[in-house]
Amino acid sequence: MEYIQNYQTLWFFLILILFIGYSVLDGFDLGIGALLPFLGKSREEKDILINSIGPVWDGNEVWLITGGGALFAAFPHAYATAFSGFYLAMMLVLFALIFRAVSMEFRAYDEPRALIWEKAFIAGSALATVLFGVALGNVIYGVPLDDQMEFTGNFFTLLRPVPLLFGITGLAAVLLQGATYAVMKTEGELQKRSFRAVGILTVVNIVTAVIYFFTLVVTFDDMVTNWVFYLGVLFTMLWLSAIFFSVRHQNESAPFWESSFALMGLWLVAAAVHFPNLIKADNDPLLSLTIYNSSTGLQTLKVMSVIALVGMPMVLAYTIFVYRIFKGKAKASMHY
Amino acid sequence: MSALFLARLQFAFTICFHFLFPAMTLGTALIILISESLYLIKKDEAYKKITDFLVKLLGLIFVVGAATGIVMEFSFGTNWSGYSRAVGDIFGPILAAEGVIAFFLESVFLGVLLYGRGKTSPGVYWLSALLVFIGGHLSAFWIVVANSWMQTPAGYVIGESGKIILGNFADAVFNPSTVVRYVHTILASWVTSAVMVAGIAGYYVRKGLHGQTARTMLKVGIILFALTPLLQLGAGHAHAVKVINMQPEKAAAMEGHFNTMKGAPIYALGYVDVENQKTYGIYIPRGLSFLYNFDWNSEIKGLNDYPREDWPPVNFVFQVYHIMVGAGALMIALGLLGAYLLWRGKLYENRKYLFILPFLIPLPHIAHETGWIAAEVGRQPWIIYKLMKTSQSASVVVSAGEITFSLVMFALIYLLLAVIFLKIFIKIVQKGPAA
Repeated sequence: MEYIQNYQTLWFFLILILFIGYSVLDGFDLGIGALLPFLGKSREEKDILINSIGPVWDGNEVWLITGGGALFAAFPHAYATAFSGFYLAMMLVLFALIFRAVSMEFRAYDEPRALIWEKAFIAGSALATVLFGVALGNVIYGVPLDDQMEFTGNFFTLLRPVPLLFGITGLAAVLLQGATYAVMKTEGELQKRSFRAVGILTVVNIVTAVIYFFTLVVTFDDMVTNWVFYLGVLFTMLWLSAIFFSVRHQNESAPFWESSFALMGLWLVAAAVHFPNLIKADNDPLLSLTIYNSSTGLQTLKVMSVIALVGMPMVLAYTIFVYRIFKGKAKASMHY
Repeated sequence: MSALFLARLQFAFTICFHFLFPAMTLGTALIILISESLYLIKKDEAYKKITDFLVKLLGLIFVVGAATGIVMEFSFGTNWSGYSRAVGDIFGPILAAEGVIAFFLESVFLGVLLYGRGKTSPGVYWLSALLVFIGGHLSAFWIVVANSWMQTPAGYVIGESGKIILGNFADAVFNPSTVVRYVHTILASWVTSAVMVAGIAGYYVRKGLHGQTARTMLKVGIILFALTPLLQLGAGHAHAVKVINMQPEKAAAMEGHFNTMKGAPIYALGYVDVENQKTYGIYIPRGLSFLYNFDWNSEIKGLNDYPREDWPPVNFVFQVYHIMVGAGALMIALGLLGAYLLWRGKLYENRKYLFILPFLIPLPHIAHETGWIAAEVGRQPWIIYKLMKTSQSASVVVSAGEITFSLVMFALIYLLLAVIFLKIFIKIVQKGPAA
């Protein structure tokens, strides 16, 4: 029995890593999308911003697809409960992701409607980001479940203050990812504007993060003694503060890394609160979906571990290789 | 309408729409790899122009395929949570493997194909074309594995609580129908792109556009258009034999075959009257027995050997299957005609043939869509053949109203995608390979 629990714990953390990978990498292209009207003032500047993510956003989104697949494979009950329970919210996520994906391509070719596609790109990016945060907030804060592991609330159950706070915190973090990425990939006026955005968004992030931490301490009574929680808090605040120094020294690439680490800190806090739950039941803690009652069998977890531990290092290696090909400043006329 | 029916309708609609795009992606990646390889070997600029042109189309096709593909992954959780709970042990790792082993590779290197010309050495660029090709084909492999496992499940054990759990992963992956279905699917995709490229190039040549580049593209397209449907004839035959062996009631429905008999006929065209258990149409006596194992008198099982409630909708499966076969036969004939014209040196002047070519572009799509529909509807009422029924697999908590909303939204959004996709596709084609 001990044995399968090791694998269940391992998979909790592997899925956490996949979600962190998604939020850090796709986070910056979602952030670029949501910030597009604020950073890019001309068609040319917007082209530069979109081109800065053009070669890599496809690969970034695969972190979501793989994270979803891994959740399905390791904890199918959590996958089934959350996706069917949050049905309308999930459909909105899908519509947002569809529009976001095609709008970059359509904007470049469908001249008469370029502005409409641009708006779809902006709205899709922002909406998907908020919804991911709200969904995460709900499974951590707790939703009503029955004894068949089925969700018994409705769409409006999802829109309670604490889960919405997760959505706002997530949006703020992703906007900072986007702004710091823009600083790294642009020059001149556009970069100056991005630097200013990073400054403002860092303040916003410190505020949202503090509210987020405070809310968690108040909401979950065992937080006071949870040292991983404090580690996450410390980690987030240190890296957020570091961004101020990097901005002051006009360092182009450090803010992106600092923002990424701060985002990891937010995840660490969420994991500290949540483990070993997958979907908390707020009506009766015994009905919660945990890594122990929701997982697949030992054989599946073993096979999956081999696939992940062999496959993911290779993915990381060639992803780094390709990012290096596209390092340097983005140009307005890169579109193929 | 019941929630179950609406969920099935939504899955059918979203998967049929999605599949149009991966079917074009794989073959296009193949032709890009061929043309980029020839460019490196022959240093002929025409091949480079062909690559760059097809990469533009691939970028467009891929993005719609990826956007509509996420919908499919989500749908197992959103609409088929009963299924997900029951088979997470086997279906989950297959989907996850698709991400880790295949889709990352394809997506990451597609970025290099789209934006990397001139930013990397020709060798790395070629390598990216190779890796996009490999990634795409691995991706298709895992998806076909997932589907084949639903058709011919293997490598599982039934646990204490009656739950399906993983026994041997290799057996689940290489279940009895995986390889033959994979080859059949990949070839379908190659045919699709061969016809697409031949159709576009045929238009250019007839209009006198893009000179040597268009003629080279037409040549590559026609050679593949002649070869791939012929290979598909073999693969399709092997697949049909597999279905007769593994899923006899599906095979019987495809052929409208009710009574087990020796020397069963095969219908080229027809109509199945299920009530009276009669099939009308043009047939070859003993043809089915002959095709099954090259023996005019071999025995073929009929639908009446199986309980009526386990039959799929027979006439529907018969019709879609025969549309696929008919489209396939037409493509074999037209592909060979093209190869003959090429061989006799008349291809570039034969205006009638060149005129027809662009109109053939939808034909392979009709074939692969109807083929998949025959395979999936033919498996009903099972979601996993003989293990689990479709009626047991839908999400419990999702209401008919919610699915109606999402279905209407998908219909509207996909209609919009289709229109804009076609507009842009035609725009890229009209611009053509850089002169």
